[in-house]
This record gives sequence, C-alpha cells and structure tokens, in this order.
Amino acid sequence: MSIWKYANPKRFIEATTRVLPWLVALTALALAVGLVWGFFFTPDDFRQGSTVKIIYLHVPAAMMAINAWIMMLATSLIWIVRRHHVSALAAKAAAPIGLAFTLVALATGALWGQPMWGTWWAWDPRLTSFLILALFYLGYITLWSAVEDPDTAADLTAILCLVGSVFALLSRYAVNLWNQGLHQEASLSLDAEKNVADVFWLPLLVCIAGFVLLFVTLVLVRTQTEIRARRLQALLARERVA
Amino acid sequence: MGPGMRALLLRDLRLAVRSGGGFGLGLAFFLILSVLVPLGVGADGVVLGRIAPGILWVGALLACLLSLDRIFALDHEDGSLDLLAISPVPLEGVVAVKALAHWLVTGLPLTLMAPGLGVLLNLGPSAYGWLVVSLLLGTPTLSLVGAFGAALTVGVRRGGLLLSLLVLPLYIPTLIFGAEVVRRGAEGMALATPLALLAAISLGAAALLPFASAAALRVNLR
Amino acid sequence: MLIEAHSLAVARGGVTVLAGLTFAVAPGAALSLRGPNGAGKTTLLRTLAGLQPPAAGRVTLAPDTVAYAAHADGLKSSLTVAENLAFWAAIFGCRDIDRAVQALDLSLLARRPAGELSAGQKRRLGLARLLVTGRPVWLLDEPTVSLDAASVSLFAGVIRRHLAGGGAAIIASHVDLALPEARVLELAPYRVRALARDGFDEAFL
Repeated sequence: MSIWKYANPKRFIEATTRVLPWLVALTALALAVGLVWGFFFTPDDFRQGSTVKIIYLHVPAAMMAINAWIMMLATSLIWIVRRHHVSALAAKAAAPIGLAFTLVALATGALWGQPMWGTWWAWDPRLTSFLILALFYLGYITLWSAVEDPDTAADLTAILCLVGSVFALLSRYAVNLWNQGLHQEASLSLDAEKNVADVFWLPLLVCIAGFVLLFVTLVLVRTQTEIRARRLQALLARERVA
Repeated sequence: MGPGMRALLLRDLRLAVRSGGGFGLGLAFFLILSVLVPLGVGADGVVLGRIAPGILWVGALLACLLSLDRIFALDHEDGSLDLLAISPVPLEGVVAVKALAHWLVTGLPLTLMAPGLGVLLNLGPSAYGWLVVSLLLGTPTLSLVGAFGAALTVGVRRGGLLLSLLVLPLYIPTLIFGAEVVRRGAEGMALATPLALLAAISLGAAALLPFASAAALRVNLR
Repeated sequence: MLIEAHSLAVARGGVTVLAGLTFAVAPGAALSLRGPNGAGKTTLLRTLAGLQPPAAGRVTLAPDTVAYAAHADGLKSSLTVAENLAFWAAIFGCRDIDRAVQALDLSLLARRPAGELSAGQKRRLGLARLLVTGRPVWLLDEPTVSLDAASVSLFAGVIRRHLAGGGAAIIASHVDLALPEARVLELAPYRVRALARDGFDEAFL
C-alpha cells in the first residue's frame, strides 16, 4: 500500500482519528518533560542568568516557523503534481500554525532581547527575516480566504507558495547583506546552539521534539476540520439543488 | 517579439496615454511623497541626505504599486483576457508584454524622475548615477512581480488591497539591494555585490515569473 | 469534422451542470444550443473554447481553430472602431480589416471611439472581430443581444457566408437567427440534476 491511499479524505480522517489521541498524549508528555526540565532543573547561565531559559520556547518555535513553510511548500507541490485535495487542505491548515510559531518566536525573542540587549527590537538580520516570514504567511492566508472557489484557491495559493519560497530565500540573503552594510556584525549572536552546554542541550532537544509533535497534531486536527468544512459545503450544495 | 505581441504592447501604451489617470497618478504620488517626507522629518540636510536613498526607493515601489491592479483587471472586465487566452499569442507572452508596457509607463518615468526628487532630498552628489542605474535595473522586477500579483488576484472582487499584501513582501529583496546600491554609491563604497544581485533578480524574474503568472491567469479564467 | 465532443461533461464552479454530450459539427454546419437560463450554455462554450477543462469526456479540435464571442465584447472604449479591429487582427495574424468593417456595416463608424457607440453598434463591432480572427469555428454566446432586426438579419447573412466558406458555428441564442439549416441541440436532457462536486467531494457523498 502506498501512502497515497490517505489522499482519500475518508481514509485520511479514519487513520488520523486513530492516531490523534496517542499523538496528543505524546505531545503533552514531551512538552511537559522538556519545559519543566528546562525551566526548573537547569542551572542559570553565568552570563545571561535565568533569562537564558526562554530558549526552550524560542528556539523550537523559530525552527517550526521555518519548517511549517517547508511543509506547506511540499504539500503545495504534491497538490500541483498529483491533485490530492487533502494535500492542498493540509497546506491551508498549516499556514496559521506556522504564523503562530513565527509570532511566538518574535515575541519570545523580544522578551529575551530586552534584558540582554536593552531593547525589545533590533533590526538584526535574523529578527528581520522572521518578521518578513510573518508577512509571507499573512499574504498566503489572506489569499486563501479571498478566493471563493476552493480548487481555484488551492491552485493560486500553491503557485504563491512556490514563488514566495524563492523570494523568502532571496530576502534572507538580502537582509544579511543589508545589515552588514549598515552596522558592524551584531555583537550578540542569537545562535544559542553554538555556546550552549550539554545541560541545556538535552532538555532543548526534548522541547524541539515536543514542538514538532505539537505541529503535527495541530496540522492533523486542522486538516480534519478543513475536510469536514468541505464536506459540509458539498452537502449544502446538494441540498440546494435537490 | 512576434507581430501579435507588438500589437499588444502598442495597444497597452496607447491605452495608457489616452485614458491617462492610473499611470500618471503614480508619478504624482512619487513627487508628493518626496515633498511630504522632508516636511515630516525636518529640514536637516544631513538627515535627509542619509535617508534619501531609502525614501526614493520606497517611494518608487509604492508609486509602482498604485497602477498594478490595472494590468489585468480592465482586460478581465471587458472580456479581452478570454480572447487573448485563446489567441495564437502564448499567455506567457501576454504577461511579459503587459509587464513591459507597465514598466514603460511607470518604472521608466519613475527612474527618469528620481534624480530631480533626489535634489529635494539632498541626495549625495556621487549617488545620482547609481540611483538611476539601480532603478533602471530594479524597476523591471517591480513590474514583473506586480504582474504576477495582478494575475493571482484578477478574479477577486476588490483585490487591490490583497494585491499589495501579496506583492509587497515579494518586493523586499529588490528594495534592499536597490537602496543598498544608492546608499553605497552616496558613501563611495564598493557596490558590485548588490548591483549584481539586483540585476540577477531582474533577469531571473523576467525568465521565470511570466510562467507562474500565466499559470495563475489560466486558473482564474477557468 | 471541425469540432467534436465525446461524452463531454462541463462544470461551473466545480459543480457539473451538463453531462453526456456527444456531438460533431462539420464544415458548413451550424449547431444551435437551446436551454433555459443557467442550463450551462456559456459554460459549454467556454469549455469548447478551451478556457476551462472538461469535467469528463473530451473535446476534439485542431489547435487554433476557435473564435469565441462572449457576452463581453472585448472592446476598449478609448480606441476607435478601426483601432479595435486592427488590434485583434494583428493578434490573430490577419492584416485585412476592411472585409469585417463592410460585412457588419461599420464603415461610417470606423473613426469613432468605441466608447461613443450605442449598445447595438458595439455588439456589431464585437461580432466583426470574429471575421478578423480568420478562424473556422465560431462559438457565439447570445450574439444577437441588443441588435435590432436589421442587424440580426445582417449578422445571419455573415454567418451564412462563413458556413458557405467551410466554417462552422455553435450558437447559444434565445432569438431565432433565421438559420433554418442550423441543427438544434436541446440541452435539457443533458442537465445534471443531483449535483455533486466531482472527484474530491464525491468521496463523502
């Protein structure tokens, strides 16, 4: 059996409904272990004090913000090539989650930046590219909601996702060049992994796993919702005609 | 360019000249913006000179945005787009020609107008040449990306606002590299990298975006 | 055969409206589509023109053979009648617009901007466009809307000459065009009653 059999909406809902309870439990477990471990059972950083602990939210959220877009790109391509509706709906379902992760990454970044750099916001290349990513998510979500016919919307958003990915990548490089041009290198690197010690690293890994599971769970639930909404539309259309 | 595409280009230019409005509006907007910024920021020549490259680029970008929805919407309303879609001219060619026509009536005039506005904004003397060069290389991307956004939103009622929301993030790389060229030009720094990237984006957009736009148009027409 | 449809189904907004259509139109023949509003005449014509994909079945025709006259005439009001026609002639690779101007009696209006024409005159200009495409298969969607009796018979003559020259026409019209040779296709039997969105949504229904 190939995985394409789950492109059938009924089979997709059946299969995911069986998996979801386990997924929810696993997500809750991973997040609870990772966050409690990270927040309460790791030492304070000698330089950053206890503020460093926000990495347990910040880093996984930032990773998932990017991964959600990559997942949308993959499902959009599947829709364009194989015309599986579940794939298009999964991309639609993932976008608001990706936007939420992006905003969490930005907000926790601001909370972290305030005590460390003395400012809520700096036009650091990394911060800037996440702000730009949020704009891309916003455009994608708005296009989905603006087009009435669901298949037309799926096609147009898939094209936008493809073209947007290229321009998002270009923006990332552009932002790097732009900041070098203005200032010296940022004196504080946001790249926490570089100097993170093992005591911080292990709970961080658990948190990242938790965020990945959270993303998968939310995408499955939202895709189910989208499928049911389509079903409702189809039933109503049949009702109107009959 | 085949005779069909040439005819389309000439028609679009003729329509732009005869119906006026839309395209001239962009130039007026560019002028007004360059007057308003000093009024808001203050008359300090040093401050103005420092922000001039960015203001001029942002102004050109917004002025370009004003006329984007006209690229396909008018032809969609009066049925011309359906007829063009079944004509011997490939839809990719239609998109490319319409983006070219848009650039000729907005991007090019904006480029020629920009040095005059640079005077108002106290732009450094060494930057004028680079301002024109960067706009000349960058504004075609604005029209091509704009045509892509217009193709995506052609079926949407009141798509103007949506269009800007979709297109502005796509303008970011061009804006950054374009303004960077002028800024470095003003400060007498090496600017080969952003200039090359600006040109590369334009060439890439000209080669690939018409295909994406034509695909979006076909989806919207069916 | 210039154009053939094989068990064709057409969909509007993802909902199949007509199904099981099979017909062929030979050179010199005309097909008249009949059906109430909303029967799917426009959808069928757009599908035949290749503007939208068939929901099922297929359309067979040589590439670049159709000309489509929709509800909208595709005219620019700031261009003159001659300029409008010359533009479409250039797009379709045809040089001569005089024949089209004379056939639809537009000679006196040639230098007027299209925006100043009356609704019927605009319609005539829209139909003149068919002649400059030089294409054999005409797909006409309510061609006689806002035409007066004289113009209707003028246009019927244009169609007859087109058919005599080896062309074909598929016409959706309420008004009888006085084309006795046109075969009538009633769309009512092909209408899909219990509508379901095709493909995806069928999985639920």
